[in-house]
Amino acid sequence: MEVNLTVNGEPMKTDIEPRVLLVHAIRDHLGLTGTHWGCDTSNCGACVVHLDGVPVKSCTVLGVMAEGRNVDTVEGLEGPNGLDPIQTGFMECHGLQCGFCTPGMMMVTKALLQHTPNPTEHEIREAISGQLCRCTGYDGIVKSIQWAASHQNQEVSA
Amino acid sequence: MTMIEDQTAGHATQVPVSKAGNPIGFGRMLRKEDARFLRGQGNFLDDVTMPGMLFGAILASPHAHARIISIDTSAAEAHPRVKAVITGKMLEGLKLAWMPTLSADVQAVLATDKVRYQGQEVAFVIAEDKYSARDALELIDVDYEMLPPMIDARRALDADAPIVRDEIDGKTDNHIFDWEAGDEAKADAAFASAEVSVSLDMLYPRSHPAPMETCGSVAYMNPVSGKLTAYITSQAPHAHRTIYALVAGIPEHKIQVISPDIGGGFGNKVPIYPGYVLAVVGSIVTKRPVKWVEDRSSNLMTTGFARDYHMHGEICATKDGQILGVRTNVLADHGAFNATAQPTKFPAGLFHIFTGSYNYQAAHCKVTGVYTNKAPGGVAYACSFRITEAVYLIERLVDRLALELDMDPAELRMKNLLLPEQFPYTTPTGYEYDSGNYPAALTEAMRIAGYDELRKEQAEKRTRGEYMGIGISFFTEGVGAGPSKHYDILGLGMNDGCELRIHPTGTAQIRLSCQSQGQGHETTFAQIVAHELGIPPEDVEVIHGDTDNTPFGLGTYASRSTPVSGAAAAVVSQRVRAKARLIAAAALECSPDDLEWNHGRWQVKGDAEKGKTIQEIAMLSHSAMQMPEGVEGHLDATAVYNPPNLTYPFGAYICVVDLDPGTGVVKVRRFIAVDDCGPRINPMIVEGQVHGGLADGIGMALMQAIAFDEDGNCLGGSFMDYLLPTAMEVPTFETGMTVTPSPHHPLGTKGVGESATVGSPPAVVNAVMDALKPFGVKHADMPLTPAQVWLAIQGRPARTDLAFE
Amino acid sequence: MQTPAPFGYERATSVNHAISLLEKLGPEARLVAGGHSLLPMMKLRLARPEYLIDINDLVDDLSYIKVEDGELRIGAMTRHAQLLGSTLAGGHYAILHDAERVIADPVVRNRGTVGGSIGQADPSEDLSAVFSAAKATIMITSSTGVRGVAARDIHNGPYETVVGEAEMITEVRIPIRPGGGSAYTKVERRAGDWAVAASGVCVWLDGDVITDVGIGLTAVGAAHFCAPDAEALLIGKPISEELIEAAGAAASAHSSPSTDQRGPKEYKRHLAGELTKRSLRAAIARAQGRTPGSNTAQSKTAQSNVEGKVA
Repeated sequence: MEVNLTVNGEPMKTDIEPRVLLVHAIRDHLGLTGTHWGCDTSNCGACVVHLDGVPVKSCTVLGVMAEGRNVDTVEGLEGPNGLDPIQTGFMECHGLQCGFCTPGMMMVTKALLQHTPNPTEHEIREAISGQLCRCTGYDGIVKSIQWAASHQNQEVSA
Repeated sequence: MTMIEDQTAGHATQVPVSKAGNPIGFGRMLRKEDARFLRGQGNFLDDVTMPGMLFGAILASPHAHARIISIDTSAAEAHPRVKAVITGKMLEGLKLAWMPTLSADVQAVLATDKVRYQGQEVAFVIAEDKYSARDALELIDVDYEMLPPMIDARRALDADAPIVRDEIDGKTDNHIFDWEAGDEAKADAAFASAEVSVSLDMLYPRSHPAPMETCGSVAYMNPVSGKLTAYITSQAPHAHRTIYALVAGIPEHKIQVISPDIGGGFGNKVPIYPGYVLAVVGSIVTKRPVKWVEDRSSNLMTTGFARDYHMHGEICATKDGQILGVRTNVLADHGAFNATAQPTKFPAGLFHIFTGSYNYQAAHCKVTGVYTNKAPGGVAYACSFRITEAVYLIERLVDRLALELDMDPAELRMKNLLLPEQFPYTTPTGYEYDSGNYPAALTEAMRIAGYDELRKEQAEKRTRGEYMGIGISFFTEGVGAGPSKHYDILGLGMNDGCELRIHPTGTAQIRLSCQSQGQGHETTFAQIVAHELGIPPEDVEVIHGDTDNTPFGLGTYASRSTPVSGAAAAVVSQRVRAKARLIAAAALECSPDDLEWNHGRWQVKGDAEKGKTIQEIAMLSHSAMQMPEGVEGHLDATAVYNPPNLTYPFGAYICVVDLDPGTGVVKVRRFIAVDDCGPRINPMIVEGQVHGGLADGIGMALMQAIAFDEDGNCLGGSFMDYLLPTAMEVPTFETGMTVTPSPHHPLGTKGVGESATVGSPPAVVNAVMDALKPFGVKHADMPLTPAQVWLAIQGRPARTDLAFE
Repeated sequence: MQTPAPFGYERATSVNHAISLLEKLGPEARLVAGGHSLLPMMKLRLARPEYLIDINDLVDDLSYIKVEDGELRIGAMTRHAQLLGSTLAGGHYAILHDAERVIADPVVRNRGTVGGSIGQADPSEDLSAVFSAAKATIMITSSTGVRGVAARDIHNGPYETVVGEAEMITEVRIPIRPGGGSAYTKVERRAGDWAVAASGVCVWLDGDVITDVGIGLTAVGAAHFCAPDAEALLIGKPISEELIEAAGAAASAHSSPSTDQRGPKEYKRHLAGELTKRSLRAAIARAQGRTPGSNTAQSKTAQSNVEGKVA
């Protein structure tokens, strides 16, 4: 099936079987490998992308369901003026080690800060509770998100 | 020159700052590797593509123990997009059906005679795309004859136990090895004369490292050049290259192993797995590149598990709490193949460090390894070759002793900890601890925790029927294997090579043998070069993971990168510095002895104006200048580091939990961790390593375990069943440090990657047991799930290696 | 990695279109909304529908939370996150927020739907017990019209419902009655895990007399996700600690859990009673306009009454 969708603001087109999972459509058919696959069972959150602005686990969404919709991935976080404050926050506060969970973590953070610009620590932990990280113990991630919250609307290059 | 103060060396030192704002040496520095990861530009295994690449999928056994009567692959082969189907029988023809393990055993690549655990590899399909490969698995018809499974390790040596390895000539039991350390007679004598002795039966359950990225490989055997290029999720690319050569008979110079960005390892990515070999065979058969990426179930059900130690431990002491001796008897469940990834001479890894951080001389351990119908492995998951099990044993025993003596567990520890003046200290089982100030670390942890206040709060709460627990753990790690006279893997001494080149313009490339899986080597190793040579870390490129472009070494696991490769990096840098001195002296027309080193510059003693920076010397070394006698041009060096000893980091951890006896739910309220790993090269990265390990400890203590039902079904085969902690189960960590340099490491540093994983589980368990003290509970095995805690309160904690009854 | 087997795909543009597609494609066609129950089963190839009918475009028709004719009405395509975010829903029935807060994780809640949860009929599904406790009616639409089935009658057993092959769940209706309070209490091994056990209670009071009560039980093998014996004990009686204890004991006795790695059945049976008591206390406190005492750890009961309560 032909699927027309908008990815990170760019119109894109791909021809996939209906059964192809969105994560595979993005990675294998559209070539955007920043979104990761980690668990098969929608438990780990490495595959989170935004579908029409809402974070979803793309391993449990069909690629064809994105027909006519907007998909945003980690590759779209950086703006023309530099890194998103979320990206800078993760760097400043050591919010990543192996980097595998990071795209999903940042995409969830993006939605969190859109709705809750000044989240409490509990709200942050709850927001990322569907995202597993094996390296950081979440400590650096929580601090990264706090950093990003306090530096919203500041794009800096790194 | 701008300077910043670095406190992490244990005393304030001044570190110059580069134009980019980085410390030219040790200190907090943002990670170089982050730039790509934050943009989704990491290059993980599944991101690797090659022209004409095919996709492999593995057919897994649904049974734990069954004879293979027949395998019919015809329907799968008829699938229009399938290129080949490989079975054990085909591999037998290539003499590749079995491969050597890292523990002098063999392991099936694909099952031929029978399957020995659920999930075992039975066939390999290669297709044009991964969906078709998965479809074709369903078209393979395997006829199994069910065999009784050997599941309960405690019955593995029974006379009527099903035999897991009956293919071995004359094998009539499930016994693998017996091993012991220490002095049995001395230990027995200590127990015979002791006023108090207590014992505990403890299971350190089977867990799995479960990195976020599963294992995988992209292999291409070029039919023309005969060169194998294998991208592998490998923590030890050089060891993998050598093993490929030994297993497959491919000349080693024709093998290039590339370990790309690794999405977490934790020991899971040390061994060679059947899937890696199958990708290579698949490429040979199809003459095209073959990618195989493990699904999550296979990762959890077949690749290197961790622990699975059934431990009987005993501790004896005087009435007033002077520990006199410890002995232990361990049953080690190694699964169906003995494939533990550890130094050859130590079948129980470094478990004999179980004497811990205390001052006594009578100790003895016996370890018996057995086969069961479970996946192979045992040494993995940030365990420092089984020091996790050892620390858990001693720290639970010390708490059990405190309970018996009605002493505060902190007081009992303080009374028995080794004292600074006792170092170097030779333990009863033969380790030589290099340095330490143990009481200082425990005192610091108690200060951060507000220990006395916590005890007061607990007493008040108990009167109100509220249950909180305070748990302490003190650990001594032994990392940086190691001296090659003691430590080898498959005969390969555990030494690391390192190469450093300074380019004419003064920037550098350093080539490492070890392989980062998130530890930030690209940053830390640049800082080591910066520290030694004064070259800004942003001017140092760290190259690793590609065997064609890096020197040989045994890889990154068991916290060995800083102790071994880090030392090698320091040594090559020092060699460059020494060579630079000779060149600078020639250029300055003075004696090398007249020069002194000052932050990246050789300068004339007493005339600081006269000198040459390392960058100037680099250009000189490539210039027309006549090199001094015996000095070759260019500025580079190589080194192979054979460590004189392990390094012994240590720490004191305190965990505070709240427990709801009505539901059995435990909440970790606080976790205090004081670590001493010597000077910290990059304190931000060290903290991150500690944080990750603390979450591991909470996970293992409270939820992570892989049990098996009586039919041998793995009950932890997905992330719905094998639970890992989320951000909701871990608190914000409260960390502290003391700094005791290693006397033998060129930088004074010790490894730290696994300290927290090793040290934290007993703190959590001790805290839960402390909370359960009013209920008379003395012990319950991990994981302390709500059900297990409730059962413990009922006086009948469950065995956590088996299904709940 | 896991991938579904091949299937045909249709995208429904209206409820009628979805139903006509179900009629046309036959018994091997399945509706898919959030997909968080169905797609995992398909990836494991435990489910192999020949066709999927995607109803995600029906949000305009079926995604709503409103009060009409004295009922709280929740469209079947309402995502869990919307229900959790709805002050209207939480104001009338705090149990909805208590439960939604502990269903899966926030990202899954962005996608999973209320209708999908009911249709899946997983014995561990939280909303089934919630709607049983609230004595809700599930509206089912077919080409011949709309019928209502009591939430307590919709399940034929684990993963089985009375919803016909060419029918779809379109709405949940919960009557709004004065004097009520509700709560849901769940024990899970970890955030996002399925319930070890959970209990939801909706109680209605006249002074300190319990005039009506609904008790829902999750993951403890209670038929139709409810505990009628315990309810019968309570109705018409004045509140007392002894009564609450007795109701807990009845809920425990009524449960018939199975042992799995979440715990042995005796533990789950204990939880059925313990959590029923906790939910009952919390629901009563809410009905009385008091704030219940704090709950520890993962046994999560909302801490306070919510705004917008309609009597």
